[in-house]
This record gives sequence, structure tokens and C-alpha cells, in this order.
Amino acid sequence: MDSKILVDAQNIGVNLSNRWIFRHVNVTVERGQVVCIIGGNGAGKTTCVRTLLGLQTQTEGTVNRASSLKVGLVPQKLEITPILPLTIRRLVALAGKFEDQEIDDALSAVGLDELGNPSVSTLSGGEFQRLMLARAILRKPDLLVLDEPAQGVDISGVEVLNRLVLDVRDETRCGVLMISHDIEMVFDIFDDVLVMIPHEFDQLRYSNAA
Amino acid sequence: MLDDFFVRALVAGIGLAVVTGPVGCFIVWRRLAYFGETIAHSSLLGVAVAILSDVNLTLGIFFTATVVVFIVFLLERREGLPTDTILGLLAHGGLALGLVLLSFFPGVRIDLHALLFGDILAVSRHDLLVIWVGGAIVLGLLCCLWTPLLLATISNDLSTVESRKPLMSKLLFGVLVAAVIAVAVKIVGVLLIVALLIIPAATARRFANIPETMAIGAALVGVVSVAGGLFASLQFDTPSGPSIVVAALICFVLARIPIVFLKGTKQTTQT
Ligand SMILES: Nc1ncnc2c1ncn2[C@@H]1O[C@H](COP(=O)(O)OP(=O)(O)OP(=O)(O)O)[C@@H](O)[C@H]1O
Ligand SMILES: [Mg+2]
Repeated sequence: MDSKILVDAQNIGVNLSNRWIFRHVNVTVERGQVVCIIGGNGAGKTTCVRTLLGLQTQTEGTVNRASSLKVGLVPQKLEITPILPLTIRRLVALAGKFEDQEIDDALSAVGLDELGNPSVSTLSGGEFQRLMLARAILRKPDLLVLDEPAQGVDISGVEVLNRLVLDVRDETRCGVLMISHDIEMVFDIFDDVLVMIPHEFDQLRYSNAA
Repeated sequence: MLDDFFVRALVAGIGLAVVTGPVGCFIVWRRLAYFGETIAHSSLLGVAVAILSDVNLTLGIFFTATVVVFIVFLLERREGLPTDTILGLLAHGGLALGLVLLSFFPGVRIDLHALLFGDILAVSRHDLLVIWVGGAIVLGLLCCLWTPLLLATISNDLSTVESRKPLMSKLLFGVLVAAVIAVAVKIVGVLLIVALLIIPAATARRFANIPETMAIGAALVGVVSVAGGLFASLQFDTPSGPSIVVAALICFVLARIPIVFLKGTKQTTQT
């Protein structure tokens, strides 16, 4: 495998409860690349990304990941039970061993530094999304995976978020895999885009690379 | 000092509460109450196994409970059966099987009442050793498992992606629960042990803003409940196990009241 390649899937498909969620998907993410997956609800974007990360086994095709690949994941949704007390700094610190300064930097990168250290249950949807992003970039991942990071983030926030993702990419030369259901959100930043259409197993792809 | 049965009961109960507090926190965070109940019920099968194979009671219960933990994990991995169905199957299946097995041995007399409700006033010096040494081991292991288990509680996907081996830590935690219950059955009994896991943790939630303080708070609430319950049982001549649980329940209720009042005054000052 090319050393620049972080994850590479050839002709993968997933069949759950006797139904094909998606088929014939090829995705490659290289270091320094921003690859986007877009498509409507239920097209299988989340399932596809989970397959790329090894969280879901594919029914057909092959997935290769670089050895000891460090992944920073912002999941599509995360429900934390209210009986678990958790402050934002404690949640971020669960990502590994970090200095307080590093945590401060990550929180200020996503604009949460003014917030203090409240309980996560008091965060708004957009704030929580930013928090998960801070947590993911704090890990200095080889591959940054964002499952609809813009949900709940306001319009100016989306630009800031895209800018931040590009900055992280430039700074750490990581690869980025990003899901969105809206091509306009990611139009300015992708190198490669895969369009998944519900119940269609021929994916479209465009490239900005050229 | 340990010659006095009451002092022994106190030392045993406190040793147990210090462990059930933090372990109980994970039980409530991960919604494992019924899982705990299943392990507790299956200890009747454990008693039968211990008697049949002529091993120590606690060991027999621990061994059976561990097997039950593994069965739960295996069945859960297969699609089709919802978790609470699997647990119900094992809880009541284990209980019934244990009682049926025991009936084949008419010579064996077991004190069913002590098994169901515990007999903390009957703990021996040897029991104390088992409780404190076993408790220290369980707490030590829980500390090692703490971060991975916490992350697995929050999200399986995150935990897997961050190489925290969620399945492994969940399985190990299941074995820790089996150990706690095996030791605790003698003290508070099959029917009440889960209360000692859940009530102190639920009580401590009010005063905690991070998981660690909730765990310590739960241990403290447990200790207070044990002491309060035991003294009350001495005073009013009530059964000790149930008295401890009632004391815990009173702690829970007391812990809620002041905050309701505080909220009330806050609202009136705001308006
Ligand atoms: N474990 C499962 N068993 C059966 N079907 C599943 C399972 N997980 C997902 N699906 C189905 O797979 C399809 C794709 O789901 P997925 O979450 O990947 O979609 P998505 O493209 O991420 O959608 P959205 O934009 O709503 O997030 C859905 O129709 C869903 O019902
Ligand atoms: Mg999705």
C-alpha cells in the first residue's frame, strides 16, 4: 500500500438484514486530502464510513487501513445519559493524556474557550458538535472523520468550521473524511467527493484535484 | 474488637459499600440494573453448584456468575434476542434451576431466608478478610478499567476508534460485578444486593459534576447507609439487610429535598 494512503476501500458493499445498504463503493483517502461523502438521508453514508473505520464489517469488497492509523472521529450523534455527570473538559480529556494547555488550545480553536467548564448536558446542539470536533483534533489524528459536523452549527459557524478543518489539515497533513448531506457546505473544500444515492448502487464522483 | 458481632457487621458492611458505590455508578451509567439482578438471581444456581462440587460458597457463586456473564455477552452478539429477554431468561432460569438442583439433595439444608435477604450479623473474621481483600482487588481493577470503561459507556464507536477495546473492558467489568455479588450475597442477600449498587449511585448523582466525584460520593452514601441501617436494626430490632436498604433509600430522598427547596427559592428571587 502506498504510504500516503490512509484508508482505501475497493468495491465495498454492506448488506444488513437481507437488504443492501450500499454497493460498489470505492473510496481512497490520502494524507493531506479532503474527501467528502454526500447524499440524502438513508443513502448509507454513516454505514459506509463506519465500514471504512472497521466499525462495521463489509459484506463484499476490501478495506485497507494504514497500520496504526490514528483516527479522530466526530460521530453523527451521541447521546450521553443524564445520570452520567460530565463536564466538557472531562469529556475532552477522555481522548487521551493531554496537558491542560493543549485542551485549552483545542477548545479555543473551536470557539468554546469562553464557556468555562459547564456540564455537557447544558450545551446547545451546535456547541456540542464543536466540542466533539475539539476532542477529535486534540488527538492529532492521521485521519479526521466528521459525520455531518455542520448539523446544528450556524451559517457563520459552517465557514469557520470548514476553515478550521482545512487549517488542521494543513498543519498536521492529516487526511479528512467528511460526510454532509449538502454539497454546498463542502463545495469549497473537497479534493474528492463521493455522491451516494439511496437505493442506487452506482455512485457518482467528482474531483477538484485536477 | 472484632469479637463483637456488631462491629464485625459494621466493618463488613462498610467494606462492601466502599466497593458497591463506584461499581454501582457504572451499573447506573450503563443501565445494567437488570444485568446486576440477573447475576444476583443466578447465585442460587451458584449455591447449588458449590454444594454439588463441594467448594466454598462464595467461589461457587462467583464461578457460576462469571459463566452467566459470558453467556449474556455471547447471546447479545447474536442478533434476534433483545437484551432484557436474554437477561430474564438467565435470571429466572438460573434461579429455578438452582432450586430444582438443590431439591435433589434432601440431606442438604440451606437457609433460604439468609440467602435471599442476607445475614450481615453472622459474618465471620474470615468473611471480613474476603470482603476487604476482594474489595481492594475489585477497586484496583476498576481503577485500571476506569477510562476505557467510561469511554465505552459514552460511545462504543469512539471507544473502538480510539483503541480502547470496549468489548474487553465491558467483559472484565461483568466479571467484577460477578465478584462483588458473590461476596455481597452473604451480607445483603440475592434480593437486595442490586439496591446497594443502585441507590447510593443515584443519590450521589445530585452532588457530582464529574464521574469520579460521583463514584466517591456513592461510596460515602453507601457507608452512611450501612452504618445507619445497622444501628437502626439494633435499636428497633429490624432485619439488618432490609434496614440498610431502607437507610439508603432515606439518603436518596433526603438528597433530593434540599435541591428542590433551593430551586424554589432561586425562582422566587429571580421573579
Ligand atoms: N444495523 C442496521 N440494521 C439494518 N439496517 C440498518 C442498520 N443500520 C443502518 N441501517 C439502514 O441503512 C440505511 C443507511 O443508514 P445510514 O445511517 O448509513 O444513512 P445515512 O446516509 O448516514 O443517512 P443520514 O443522512 O440520515 O445520516 C438506512 O436506511 C438504515 O435504516
Ligand atoms: Mg448518517
